[in-house]
Amino acid sequence: MAAITSTKQNGRWSAGVTPYAEMGYYRSDYEPKDTDILCAFRLVPQEGVDAIEAGAAIAGESSTATWTVVWTDRLTTFEHYQAKCYRVEPVPGTDQYIAYIAYDIDLFEEGSISNLTASIIGNVFGFKALKSLRLEDMRLPLHYVKTFQGPPFGTIMEREYLGKYGRPLLGATVKPKLGLSARNYGRVVYEALQGGLDFTKDDENVNSQPFMRWRDRFLYCMEAVNKASAQTGEIKGHYLNVTAATMEDMYERAEFAKELGSVIVMIDLVIGYTAIQSMAKWARKNGVLLHLHRAGHSTYTRQKTHGINFRVISKWMRLAGVDHIHAGTVVGKLEGDPNTVRGFYNTLRESKMDANPVEGLFFEQDWGSMPGVMPVASGGIHAGQMHQLIDYLGEDVVLQFGGGTIGHPDGIAQGATANRVALEAIIQARNEGRDYVNEGPEILAKAAKWSPALRKALSVWKDVTFEYTSTDTPDAVPTPTFV
Amino acid sequence: MRIMQGTFSYLPDLTDDEIKAQVQYCLNNGWPISIEYTDDPHPRNIYWDMWGLPLFDMKDAVAVMEEFEACRGQYPNHYIRINGYDRSMGRQTTALSFIANRPEEEPGFHLERTETADRQINYTLKPYATTKPSGQRY
Repeated sequence: MAAITSTKQNGRWSAGVTPYAEMGYYRSDYEPKDTDILCAFRLVPQEGVDAIEAGAAIAGESSTATWTVVWTDRLTTFEHYQAKCYRVEPVPGTDQYIAYIAYDIDLFEEGSISNLTASIIGNVFGFKALKSLRLEDMRLPLHYVKTFQGPPFGTIMEREYLGKYGRPLLGATVKPKLGLSARNYGRVVYEALQGGLDFTKDDENVNSQPFMRWRDRFLYCMEAVNKASAQTGEIKGHYLNVTAATMEDMYERAEFAKELGSVIVMIDLVIGYTAIQSMAKWARKNGVLLHLHRAGHSTYTRQKTHGINFRVISKWMRLAGVDHIHAGTVVGKLEGDPNTVRGFYNTLRESKMDANPVEGLFFEQDWGSMPGVMPVASGGIHAGQMHQLIDYLGEDVVLQFGGGTIGHPDGIAQGATANRVALEAIIQARNEGRDYVNEGPEILAKAAKWSPALRKALSVWKDVTFEYTSTDTPDAVPTPTFV
Repeated sequence: MRIMQGTFSYLPDLTDDEIKAQVQYCLNNGWPISIEYTDDPHPRNIYWDMWGLPLFDMKDAVAVMEEFEACRGQYPNHYIRINGYDRSMGRQTTALSFIANRPEEEPGFHLERTETADRQINYTLKPYATTKPSGQRY
């Protein structure tokens, strides 16, 4: 790294290259202000690169600096605009360090995730002086939080809108995710909803392909939703995925979903932060819940030394404004250490949190009165795990059983009923004060005596588990927790 | 057709002891109980009739059950739901809501389809019961 050694003889402002740390980007005495945006980066420096200088370089490049001294800095109150790396700590037993960096709130445009991220993750991840870099967490001051719209409705309003209280919501993604015609696709929606689910869902890659164009899908799905509502007397919804190539296309599809009376539409994370914020505004304006599928996130969230931790994405998405976001299952088929996932859920749902190293939370976080986001647990879960799911994930969550509904031997509606019966039986037992986590299998077995749907589900899936070690675990728990 | 609203509609109808256990759970959480009844089961019928005011000061499940029994005595063939309300900051919403009494016969809903242009259909959900005036439905 060129910036390690000074090429200059005559002090801070002579032309040439000065270490970032000496330019004011490292200040061990800096006390972060309440209004500062704080970041924790996990970095691995290249051989011979000092960790403090690496931390200072990240602070510099993500705020005001470039690789060499520029005299035009002196036209500004540069001390104010410089980000300050104020602490660098080694991670015991590894070659990693955690660098803490404070950014003045004035560095960022109000209410813009794109602007926030263009600074914080804009340039620094390509730094040659670093072997790897990961943004682990951010403290977003309430002053900045207040400049964002946040979730169009949030968990409380969603429940009141749907009239569903006291239990997790249930969903399923239509399978096979690609290839069904619109008419057949609607059949799956109808069966699953009338069997007892609250929601069904388009998958992330269901947009408007040759086998099923979006408008046809919307029409058939809404027939299914309304018919299922009439059969059960409950409000039902299908997440109509409006993800498309342009904002104009997305607005067109979302408008049509609204016209048809859908309570919810869906977008994918890959549409980008600006598009997400636009849809958040549209959703609030039009009274339609907004579901976000985190398509693509694992490319940068999964590896412990690279990318962005999902807790940061959770915070950005709460600011950007979505009502649902997929956030892990713990027990299912996809990555998810229990403590780490609990940290994501708390980040999405709670109003105020303390730093909690066990859950991987580096900072306190105050959301003020910004509504919570409903986390969605999806991927390889089934009725037999209901007690564990409620224990790990709590009540404000959508549990999505795709295969665990549609794969039921007696049909989709029976699969849905099995999940709903299992859910209500465990909630009832929990409320009665029973040790539902340990007695879960018994409670389910008892319900299965009067519910043939649940009986069949338990016999098919009872031994299915996914026990792999998680790659993304908090430092505070050296050995990952097995489920 | 069974109306599947509320937290426990997929379970067999709760016994009085089971209802009391859920009431106790709400009281343990500091959630006051309210009792509401209706003969209009439309899912968008938000405001069921209140059986008096919410029982803010009633901390005893036995006393709550007496209120419920009185309501059931007067409206044996109505839907009656029991709600627990969480007034805490950041919630201020219903925490639990379940149907504790329902009519013997539940005729269900008619789904009315109005065909409009471009293959669009407008859907309206009509409870069969509400074709009659309130009080004569079940």
